Amino acid sequence: MLYNEPSPLEIKVLSRRFGLPNSDSIETYLETDGYKAFKKALGMKPEEIIEELKISNLRGRGGAGFPTGMKWSFVPRTSPKPKYVIVNADESEPGTCKDRVLIENDPHQLIEGMLIAGLAVDAHAGYIYVRGEYRYLIEILDKAIAEAYGRGYLGKNLQGSNFSFDAYTHTGAGAYECGEESALLESLEGKRGIPRIRPPFPAVVGAFQCPTVLNNVETFCAVPPIIRDGGAAFAALGIPKAGGTKLTCLTGHVNKPGVYELPLGFPVDKMINEVGGGMRNGKKLKAFIPGGSSCPVLTAAECEGLTMDYDAMAKKKSMLGSGGVVIMDEDTCMVKAALRIMRFYAHESCGWCIPCREGTAWLRKILQRFHDGFGQRDDIVLIGDLAKNMLGRTFCPLGDAAALPTISIVEKFRDEFEAHLAGKPCPYETAPQLVMA
Amino acid sequence: MTFSPQLEAKFAKLLTIYPPGRQRSALIPMLLYAQDEVGSVTPEVIEEIARRLEIQPLQVEEVLSYYSMLHRKPLGKHHVQICTNISCLLTGGEELWKHACQKLGIGHKEVTPDGRISLEEVECIGACSWAPAIQVNYDFYHKITPRTLDQILDSLKSSQ
Repeated sequence: MLYNEPSPLEIKVLSRRFGLPNSDSIETYLETDGYKAFKKALGMKPEEIIEELKISNLRGRGGAGFPTGMKWSFVPRTSPKPKYVIVNADESEPGTCKDRVLIENDPHQLIEGMLIAGLAVDAHAGYIYVRGEYRYLIEILDKAIAEAYGRGYLGKNLQGSNFSFDAYTHTGAGAYECGEESALLESLEGKRGIPRIRPPFPAVVGAFQCPTVLNNVETFCAVPPIIRDGGAAFAALGIPKAGGTKLTCLTGHVNKPGVYELPLGFPVDKMINEVGGGMRNGKKLKAFIPGGSSCPVLTAAECEGLTMDYDAMAKKKSMLGSGGVVIMDEDTCMVKAALRIMRFYAHESCGWCIPCREGTAWLRKILQRFHDGFGQRDDIVLIGDLAKNMLGRTFCPLGDAAALPTISIVEKFRDEFEAHLAGKPCPYETAPQLVMA
Repeated sequence: MTFSPQLEAKFAKLLTIYPPGRQRSALIPMLLYAQDEVGSVTPEVIEEIARRLEIQPLQVEEVLSYYSMLHRKPLGKHHVQICTNISCLLTGGEELWKHACQKLGIGHKEVTPDGRISLEEVECIGACSWAPAIQVNYDFYHKITPRTLDQILDSLKSSQ
């Protein structure tokens, strides 16, 4: 099912089956080149599969943007231990809702990506870790898995080869932290989702202490088109060093929010004004989060001439992240935005690393106090100092994810903090956000 | 304690899908599925699952306390979860939250006196492009307005 109209500016590679009748069925999948890439991969050497991924310039779509071919090449194929393929479907980054539509509309594409990963690293089992709230996706995936077993795309001696592979779903139970790869692996083992110390990295010591390929849903979904049509064709859709398309979730103050598949390097202004139908109610853009609430916030001025890709965002000291674009108009209170983001991280911090556990809790309290009109001038500096002291001092990126947007907001929108100083009511409280009624 | 045949079948399958000696992996799915049937993770559920997985009840409790969807007290028959995270906040999630609290006369993680409806202000549920969004148990409702929220709450009040 589709929740928004597609845009004519999209380049549909991963989403090409979206909207087809019964797009989640194996019949539809097979009629539209489904499992062709897997059959092709059965005749390829593992190194050739990985090489094709390297040529495609595919980078991890979960947020970190690590080159996928390189990640897979770190798995020791010849290790006597079993190897595993793990799909991260714990989509929880605020602003992000793309893995959901990928699974809902085309679950077989994900399964095919897992199979090819299995061939590349000699793995024979894979688990799809789905966030607990996405229960209906587990039902869709279980149905797709059963169909694949029935047609010889899962199980033993697949399509007459000597390759066997089993796939399973596994539900989470509500924890943002479990989207972090090592915490996910702990959770998969039936424990609290606390990150592991690295090295060793999951490629070598991952699921059940065995070598593991672990990627985001969208990353696995990009693999079948890459193997089917060649890495070069995928690379050509994007820009140098970042191949292909990215599912982009437009959210916030635009006329046509939705999930759209856009080539990497797509201009931000075109994305807001043409794909997204422009700013809601003709308001002006104030702030822009490129890829989920963990990314440093950009101002409208910084968005001029900006493109949606890893390196362009890095130049602006932000990140492409997960594709969860948050668009905020001129009536948005940035103190409130910072507070809401911090409330989230304080709630989700697993509590293992003190800078994150204490830092997020104190920042939440200070920002709350500020927004309630009891802030003091020194607090503005204190917020920045506290956040900077979290950076790089935690075992997983959650600490940085909480600190980075906070630092960017307090630095770029300092005047709004000044406007909230003791005794002054929030200047934006009079502007209700709800205009959809 | 005994569970329904459907749940027992689910548990039996879960115990086969992880590598040998790794049956503890089934813990979190078992807790969530048991909660769906029993209504909450009761001391009996903890004991039973610990026994089946050959771990200590305390090991179940430490996991239980970590995951936000697992709870020891029963919630309402219809658990209404309203997202107020950033994308929903920008489109009115906070107003929806206040509206629901006022209408039902309950707050965060509270249950109406008849036990029918409970409320929770939740973190991002992955419906950001169709915000503001809510979930009732596992069902998603998108692009909610105070009027459509009223309709949903009224239908929950009167449904069986």
